[in-house]
Amino acid sequence: MKKKNFAALFLAGAMCFGFLAGCGGDTGSASDPVDSSQEVSDGGSQASGSGTAGGTFQIGFIGPLTGNNASYGTSALQGAQIAVNEINALGGDIQFEISFQDDVSDAETAVNAYNTLMDGGMQMLIGPVTTGPAISVAAETYADRVFAVTPSASSLDVIDGKDNYFQICFTDPNQGISAATYLSETLPDATVAVIYNNGDSYSTGIYEAFAEEYTALGGEIVYTGTFTEDSQTDFSVQLTGAQNAGADLIFAPIYYTPASVILTQGDAMGYDFTLFGCDGMDGILGVEGFDTSLAEGMLLLTPFSADLEENATFVDAYQEAYGSIPTQFAADGYDCVYTLYTALQQAGCTSDMTAEEICDAVIPVMTQIQVDGMTGVLSWAATGEVTKDFDVYVVENGAYVVA
Amino acid sequence: MVFLQYLISGISIGSIYAIIALGYTMVYGIAKMLNFAHGDVIMVGGYISFCTTSYLGLPGWVSVVFAVAVCTVLGVVIEGLAYRPLRQAGSLAVLITAIGVSYLLQNAAQLIWGATPKNFTSLVNFAVPEFLSRLNVSGVMLVTVVACIVIMLGLTWFTSRTKLGKAMRACSEDRGAAQLMGINVNRTISMTFAIGSALAAIAGVLLCSYSPVLQPTTGSMPGIKAFTAAVFGGIGSIPGAFLGGVLLGIIEAMARAYLSTNLANSIVFAVLIIVLLVRPAGLLGKYVPEKV
Repeated sequence: MKKKNFAALFLAGAMCFGFLAGCGGDTGSASDPVDSSQEVSDGGSQASGSGTAGGTFQIGFIGPLTGNNASYGTSALQGAQIAVNEINALGGDIQFEISFQDDVSDAETAVNAYNTLMDGGMQMLIGPVTTGPAISVAAETYADRVFAVTPSASSLDVIDGKDNYFQICFTDPNQGISAATYLSETLPDATVAVIYNNGDSYSTGIYEAFAEEYTALGGEIVYTGTFTEDSQTDFSVQLTGAQNAGADLIFAPIYYTPASVILTQGDAMGYDFTLFGCDGMDGILGVEGFDTSLAEGMLLLTPFSADLEENATFVDAYQEAYGSIPTQFAADGYDCVYTLYTALQQAGCTSDMTAEEICDAVIPVMTQIQVDGMTGVLSWAATGEVTKDFDVYVVENGAYVVA
Repeated sequence: MVFLQYLISGISIGSIYAIIALGYTMVYGIAKMLNFAHGDVIMVGGYISFCTTSYLGLPGWVSVVFAVAVCTVLGVVIEGLAYRPLRQAGSLAVLITAIGVSYLLQNAAQLIWGATPKNFTSLVNFAVPEFLSRLNVSGVMLVTVVACIVIMLGLTWFTSRTKLGKAMRACSEDRGAAQLMGINVNRTISMTFAIGSALAAIAGVLLCSYSPVLQPTTGSMPGIKAFTAAVFGGIGSIPGAFLGGVLLGIIEAMARAYLSTNLANSIVFAVLIIVLLVRPAGLLGKYVPEKV
């Protein structure tokens, strides 16, 4: 009898574990927004707290402020805050007040965050920052007619069929094609392997476009390794595969947390390769405890560099406020606010308009405006896709330098 | 050559599973309970080591001593506060308590250290001889495998030769009779937890040296895999946990290399189910028919 009891116990235990694991994520993240839900009122703003008076627009922000992708959300929010401060300090007709919610990069939490912001009288939305949550929230904004821009959710699914949702970042296919072009033009001798997360739409989207374009340009991918969220702590098998295929460059359109594992384990194996990442790799130099010498020589496709002369004002303001060099996500967040600002000006909106009225007024002007932002000169197609330049950077002495 | 490299990476991750599984199996064998919080003690060990080296700037070996000390105390405290009061209760109550402790530790870690992952700098960074590095063997792998074998042999010696070890086996066989023979059952079980948690600390440091991302959920998946390894090898058996851990690591690496990276975890658990169907007590477990 006892053996059977044990088996039953084990199964019960395993089930409980599964259930709790499921709930654990939710409750943890659901309580986070409550903790972090506070209004970032700007010090320099003369506007009162009320949203419909004094030309103050209520902007909502959704992004991961804790969890695996916390660096993206935090950077984007801080960048947006800098832009809001600048605009409010101008003392013009348009003033902004920004409220934020944490989505822990989780789609369900993001929708709850969106509803909370809507209850708080949000008129326009910045976010969500990551692709999964953005797909869910974009559908909500489309149904509610709320105008939204995302700093960094780069999948085509985010903007597909929604006239009210615009991107500040490149689309995934766009990044993949750009990376393939760069590789075949600048590094034609490289032997290329790819490691990507095939459980993630961002990573898969870039990989597919990259593989198609790179092969079309006559390049050859000697090894393709995949991983998922569950297996992103051990890359020894993929690295061994890439090494034995003779690859000296690994294209990895992935986020920075698994990328730091790839660099560390590759180093421990004594495997010498160049890592080539897209915008998700940005932030790797800021991971606590990460030995930045491992990232030396790493290539990065991103539209923003803190080292450029023309970005100095923003970089200085950011550094003074938050004590770190802004990443590309911070620049994207900054550009989001200026995009809203320019569009509102162009459409002649006033802050007593409802979210729906603003949305209808702003959509037609989006294809007309140009925003000279931190990530280049931005213009949009009616689909929500952005057009701007990109650059490839290389990590030298722990900082990005134009390659 | 490639096959050998995959095999080696399987053996090294398997050795980490084995060290964790030894902790599971010790506690199960003696206290007859599944300590699901074991994986999270590993995570605590990793964080303690990270803090000692990064914040206090102490050398690596001091941080290991620190981690072992903190985890040992933590293990004894958890046993005393959460499990001892339930000694007479049904095993389901203890199991649920263990899951509760697991979440308590994870959330406490999130409060203390935040949810943002930290990058653990490997404590083992000596160069390996040329013939080994050509096979992609790193210092961490070498240390892990050696540590695993030493711990396994040490535990086998301890449980069969020392007085305390014999007391543990006596408790495992018949708690009531052991008590009648003058063995302090509570103290013996406390000692078991102390040893199990010390092993968890070592496993934590090795795990993080191998795979550097440290976050509050770091211990969950390795914990579950190690539990699988313990059951696979025959829970309660020390050589079984070792064999189970290493085999599990190899199966996982091979599945990832030759079948599918996505299905690797599913394949691991499928193998467990098949083994349990054929040998219900695990590879080295003793099947004891129950009198009804």
